[in-house]
Amino acid sequence: MTTELLQVHNLKQYFPIKGGIFGRKINDVKAVDDITFAINEGETLSIVGESGCGKSTTGRAILRLDEPTSGEVTFDGEDLLSLNKKEMQKKRKDLQIIFQDPYASINPRQTVRQVLNEAMEIQNVLPKEERYDRMIELLETVGLGPDKLDRFPHEFSGGQRQRIGIARALAVDPKMIVCDESVSALDVSVQAQVLNLLQKLQKDLNLTYLFISHDLGVVRHISDRVLVMYLGKIVEIADKKSLFDNPKHPYTKTLLSAIPVPDPNAKKEQIVLKGDVPSPIDPPTGCRFHTRCPFATDRCKEEVPELRQNENLMGEQHQAACHYIEEIESGEMQPKY
Amino acid sequence: MEPSSNIIEVNDLRTSFFTEEAEVKAVDGVSFSVPSGKTLGIVGESGSGKSITSLSIMRLIQEPGQIVGGEINFKSDNLLDKSESEMRRIRGNEISMIFQEPMTSLNPVFTVGDQISEAYRIHQGLSKKQALQKSLEMLELVGIPSPKDRLKRYPHELSGGMRQRVMIAIALACKPELLIADEPTTALDVTIQAQILRLINNLQDELGMSVVLITHDLGVVAETCDYVAVMYAGKIVEYADVQTLFESPKHPYTVGLLSSLPRHDIDQEELQVIKGMVPSPTNMPEGCRFAPRCPFATDLCKEQLPTLDDLEDGNQVRCWVYSDKWDGDPEVNVKDDYGTATSS
Amino acid sequence: MLVFVLRRILQTIPVIFGVTILVFLMIHLIPGDPAQIIAGEAASDAQVQQMRDRLGLNDHLLVQYGRFLGDIMQFDLGNSIRSGNPVSAEIGSRFWVTFELAFFSTLLSIFIGIIAGVISATKRHTFLDTSIMVIALFGLSMPNFWLGLMLIQYFALPPLQWFPVSGWGSIEHMVLPVITLGTAGAAIIARMTRSSMLEVINQDYIRTARAKGVKEQIVTYKHALRNALIPVVTVVGLQFGTLLGGTVLTETVFSINGLGRLVIDSINARDFPIVQGTVLVIALLFVLVNFLVDISYRFLNKRIELD
Repeated sequence: MTTELLQVHNLKQYFPIKGGIFGRKINDVKAVDDITFAINEGETLSIVGESGCGKSTTGRAILRLDEPTSGEVTFDGEDLLSLNKKEMQKKRKDLQIIFQDPYASINPRQTVRQVLNEAMEIQNVLPKEERYDRMIELLETVGLGPDKLDRFPHEFSGGQRQRIGIARALAVDPKMIVCDESVSALDVSVQAQVLNLLQKLQKDLNLTYLFISHDLGVVRHISDRVLVMYLGKIVEIADKKSLFDNPKHPYTKTLLSAIPVPDPNAKKEQIVLKGDVPSPIDPPTGCRFHTRCPFATDRCKEEVPELRQNENLMGEQHQAACHYIEEIESGEMQPKY
Repeated sequence: MEPSSNIIEVNDLRTSFFTEEAEVKAVDGVSFSVPSGKTLGIVGESGSGKSITSLSIMRLIQEPGQIVGGEINFKSDNLLDKSESEMRRIRGNEISMIFQEPMTSLNPVFTVGDQISEAYRIHQGLSKKQALQKSLEMLELVGIPSPKDRLKRYPHELSGGMRQRVMIAIALACKPELLIADEPTTALDVTIQAQILRLINNLQDELGMSVVLITHDLGVVAETCDYVAVMYAGKIVEYADVQTLFESPKHPYTVGLLSSLPRHDIDQEELQVIKGMVPSPTNMPEGCRFAPRCPFATDLCKEQLPTLDDLEDGNQVRCWVYSDKWDGDPEVNVKDDYGTATSS
Repeated sequence: MLVFVLRRILQTIPVIFGVTILVFLMIHLIPGDPAQIIAGEAASDAQVQQMRDRLGLNDHLLVQYGRFLGDIMQFDLGNSIRSGNPVSAEIGSRFWVTFELAFFSTLLSIFIGIIAGVISATKRHTFLDTSIMVIALFGLSMPNFWLGLMLIQYFALPPLQWFPVSGWGSIEHMVLPVITLGTAGAAIIARMTRSSMLEVINQDYIRTARAKGVKEQIVTYKHALRNALIPVVTVVGLQFGTLLGGTVLTETVFSINGLGRLVIDSINARDFPIVQGTVLVIALLFVLVNFLVDISYRFLNKRIELD
């Protein structure tokens, strides 16, 4: 029986835009606009999408690094948004984050020992005398030697720094880690090392990951389930296999077809979208993808599609937000390029 | 390959950066050629020297960097022998370049029209009005909607994808024979990347130019290039046509790179990794530069640098395994044995 | 842009009020009875009382402030105690002298500062660069009254006698005071231009310009300088604003009848209406210059228009 470790209900994150002569709020950037999903204990759920789709904002809102506009975030049975600052600080012991930029997310004036010690100090996880052994153990866990303990961040390569970031997150024994583009800045060969490490840690420590990435190759490799976002909305959510082999939303299909495949013989049909992603300040009405969707009709312009499932066409955990899943599948509707 | 059919031939190019302590050999004896009308991909990870190679061709290396040796033969003239003013007539005219960061590669205080026009005014001596007219045609060619209006816009008013299209318009304004694209789509989203790659490809056909594409993305290489040079630590380790490179990679680094790449189109078990990390440019290994990370490395590899040797199919590889001097397992097959060799 | 200008105008209103309040309070904050001071030490009690009535000092402070504001609106700053002339007329006759002095000094600062800064940046880490920066440091550290005196010593007194020692009116009169006042500004602008240029020259768009085949001089003076000057504009504006109120020493050294000397003379003669009026005018000018700097910065820097 799987239990849901994290539940997100109707989460909204609007950032006000100030303007006019008096600097009043004139509009909002609707970065995340009413999304609902859950993550099971021990699984990896990935959020994918292009820049501005709201994937990183979602991660930050869950950790309350930005205060969400509205919605509910339940972690381990507790409503995170109702906690006060101190209680939230305590909760962060169970809910850690690893950022994209290992260069920017570690204090350059602290040694690895100080970085790890501070993490343990804040959450008070271990008595002082046991911390040294724990630090050595942590370094070993992330594949760094004990001799690295008193080094400064600038003495490390990008991959090693990301390992320190991981060690810092692990220092407090979290239940869940949000990985926000954690391997995006790394070279392929190093990226593979870090991905393998993350997978091994998950197995050993029964960690739950919310993995935020724009790289669908990485996502396919690491996820159990995948959630696709476009302009602040969820367009599709499914187990990994369904999403990659049987995508239902036209946007997901486009996204998958746009990624270059490292195989010159893979002759695939590439869908090239017209135009840019619209602004999240005034997102399109109805389905937000309708301005670029080759199947869009008048209904798409007016009616917001809900996430739904069609038992005949889709697996149990598979939902997509499109009015015309069936018509597109049957070939009744043809794309207009 | 006939020598005359190559638009550019680079021989033993060496570019170094001089710091107070040491000479950092960023590009260390690189040789390759680009057949006319074709696309050569140069792939490598950060620090491999691929971007420095491209800037060296343009002779745009800034202090404290310096091209210290080699030849760059472009249409039978050595670019390294040209004066600065001769080089200026080539840049943006016969050889053009586009860069990775469309957000910062355009000058924020000039309009798009001004920036494209400048190329026409420098190289073709057109009047302001004529140049703007030509710029308008160029914007149409690169597929920018309502080009007349965009001509008067400033870069910050355009999206990343649009800016990269403007960069392409500037680069292709004078119909160059060679386009060097340095990670042109790395900063863009995949759907925009697809648009830009398709655009470059179409324009290449239309204008009959050759392209050097610098990238770290093997997917982009497979989709757009005819030939590939793989760089590692300042040297080319493998040069092959794109089919051969992906079907039967020869160099252990190429094999490692391909097998450590997570793919969205197929299922993979655990990713095979290249252990360790890129050597520091101030402290290069004595022998083969990949030896410290190579699962097949022998004493020979650690002591002597292999040369870039021709293979039977016309491709090239810099690895002792393929030479007569190989002192390891004679039966070894780098591609098939890489996984077992790494995990052991 | 229009919204920005309007918003910026609104923002200056509290500043202007603040200025008027401070200037108004000035007369009440000085030790002793203002009426006594203005009437003079030898005045009798009746005369002081009369002065108090005339100045309205018996009214409530707010009433006095309201009257003060009302007068300002009509450009009535009272009358000079010494000459009896309206303060606005006294200031008006001196203002243009100071304005000219500040204007030409700023012009000189810009001219020298930018050229020196650009040369320094393009030839960075050479002997020329180091020399320029050392000279700039001197220019910055030298007190301007001393510089003024030195200039008089060497160029106005025998044997050279190239320029007049004092006074204002002709171009010859201007040279030494303008150099005196402009040197520090030139040094600041040179240093600012240099660092700004060094930052800009490493930007991606400079590489784009070179890749296009643009000549190095044009890269420097068109592509780089246009961007590098954006932060310099702020410095220039503030420089000019400061000079409008900061010419006191220079005017004294060269005996120029500008605002600075008017203030000094009026303080010495306890001519408070004049002091009050001059301080008010200088402060308001400073606010105006600041406003113009903000607008032009906004205009030059196209990128921040989006926010």
